[in-house]
Amino acid sequence: MAEINREDVAHLARLAHIDMSSEELDRMAGELAVIVDSIKSVSEVAGDDVPATSHPIPLSNVYRDDVVGETLSNEEALAGAPDNADGRFRVPAILDGE
Amino acid sequence: MTAVHDEVLSFDEAMEKYDPALGFEVHVELNTKTKMFSSAPNGFGDTPNTNITPVDLGLPGVLPVVNRVAVESSIKIGLALGCKIAERSHFARKNYFYPDTPKNFQTSQYDEPIAYDGAIDIELADGTVFTVEIERAHMEEDAGKLTHMGGATGRIQGAEFSLVDYNRAGVPLVEIVTKPILGAGRRAPELAKAYVAAIREIVKNLGVSDARMERGNVRCDANVSLMPKGSTTLGTRTETKNVNSLRSVEHAVTYEIQRHAAVLDSGAAIVQETRHWHEDTRSTTAGRPKSDADDYRYFPEPDLVPVVTNDAWIEKLRSELPEPPAERRKRLQADWGYSDAEFRDVVNAGVMSSVEDTVAAGVSPAVARKWWMGEISRRAKIADVEPAELGVTPELIVELNALIESGKINDKLSREVLDGVLAGEGTPAQVVEARGLAVVSDDGPLLEAIDGALAAQPDVAEKIRGGKVQAVGAIVGGVMKATRGQADAGRVRELILQRLGVEG
Repeated sequence: MAEINREDVAHLARLAHIDMSSEELDRMAGELAVIVDSIKSVSEVAGDDVPATSHPIPLSNVYRDDVVGETLSNEEALAGAPDNADGRFRVPAILDGE
Repeated sequence: MTAVHDEVLSFDEAMEKYDPALGFEVHVELNTKTKMFSSAPNGFGDTPNTNITPVDLGLPGVLPVVNRVAVESSIKIGLALGCKIAERSHFARKNYFYPDTPKNFQTSQYDEPIAYDGAIDIELADGTVFTVEIERAHMEEDAGKLTHMGGATGRIQGAEFSLVDYNRAGVPLVEIVTKPILGAGRRAPELAKAYVAAIREIVKNLGVSDARMERGNVRCDANVSLMPKGSTTLGTRTETKNVNSLRSVEHAVTYEIQRHAAVLDSGAAIVQETRHWHEDTRSTTAGRPKSDADDYRYFPEPDLVPVVTNDAWIEKLRSELPEPPAERRKRLQADWGYSDAEFRDVVNAGVMSSVEDTVAAGVSPAVARKWWMGEISRRAKIADVEPAELGVTPELIVELNALIESGKINDKLSREVLDGVLAGEGTPAQVVEARGLAVVSDDGPLLEAIDGALAAQPDVAEKIRGGKVQAVGAIVGGVMKATRGQADAGRVRELILQRLGVEG
């Protein structure tokens, strides 16, 4: 029973601004369905008494003191950017955000 | 921007037909030294893309670590809003694809916020109190700042590209969300403004935020919906973004109420959408509608472990909370014996703390108010600064007042003494000495001046001799002028009448 179908993949691609061809959507739907089904087998082992877990290790309250550390220089920050101007990252104008 | 204007109904007509419901999401930037999840400085106005670390850029392999002070500040905000503090709370990824976040998600909180179920009392100008219930307050991070280039100036429409500065990305935010606020009626706009003002005051008082709205430290999204009078079913709401001054909050709520009323009156339905506020035209324009793009695919942040609180920690933080602003105002007004109007004026002039310090330094509340609301406010207005920024200390007011009460100087001279002190000429006593400002109390020079004034106005002198005592003012005026204001007017009057052999 596939938990992910072609429409789900098309929706996710739209959310992520990824342009996918019809063939890619078909292929991804199939591959993702296998992955989801595999992970789902975990629920077969975990009974109702096992709560959903987001962290495998029972850690909590890991904090950092509010002390300034080392930062990147402007040049270092922009080093990996495809394009920049005026010390800032230059990106295409995107209309659908806020 | 398009020139199309939406139809609006007059506010009065809208209020006759509909009841408004409000809701607010207020984002508060914390003033921690570093960011929420990285040790980059939390600064304002620095060179673009310098307050960043690999964590803020979302580079591969980085691991965020939570700022303890930011968590504690968030808990303090929750406590100040009367919220319960979650025993266990965790971070979540809010996924969206827009260049203001280099990670393609905002680290936020979703189903387990740090604080929830609170309430605060909001007092309007006339003393009416509304209780606003708080749904939740959660921790998250701010986004980077985009500047749209090319095309229309600064607007996304027609822009060719955008420049991004990530200095702000990762600055700690607390988002405070209200439950729907019903029953405000025609006072809804006023309540909206008062609510945001109260949040700003609370976080400033806590010391956890600089709370400067013009810098975006406190930002408000205002939700408005209308329901027909008598109905109890909430209408469809719109969310107006970018409402970042107290005045805008009031205007935006007013405008949206009027616009909603016109749409509903025409028989159409309100579209659930984001609206953008424009201060210049005092109106909103449609943003994007709620759609499947709002599917943020929240999931627990795997790189951050849960925040677990305990009573000892919470009570320690509670013990560090300052007196709530509303309680402090009540206490001070009662202590000082000011009328409601007098006290409101002091608060609105921004001199409440100054008056408090001045009273503590040893003058009466009436004298403290006279100085801060009078001479100091006047000077501040001229200099276009806050009264507290003029450099007038409580001790200085105490000294000036002592000089007046001892009869050494009068009110008028005290202003000149203040000039001298602010110009760096020394203490009030030194300025009085150096500028020769003491009230002339020796009768000799006064009598000389009186004789001069009487000789200059013989007709007035005659009138006074004839019993018209009220005419003495003209002679007193002449004497004050001759002594450059340095005479005690009461003593001058006495001497004139003595000189003329008239009973006062």
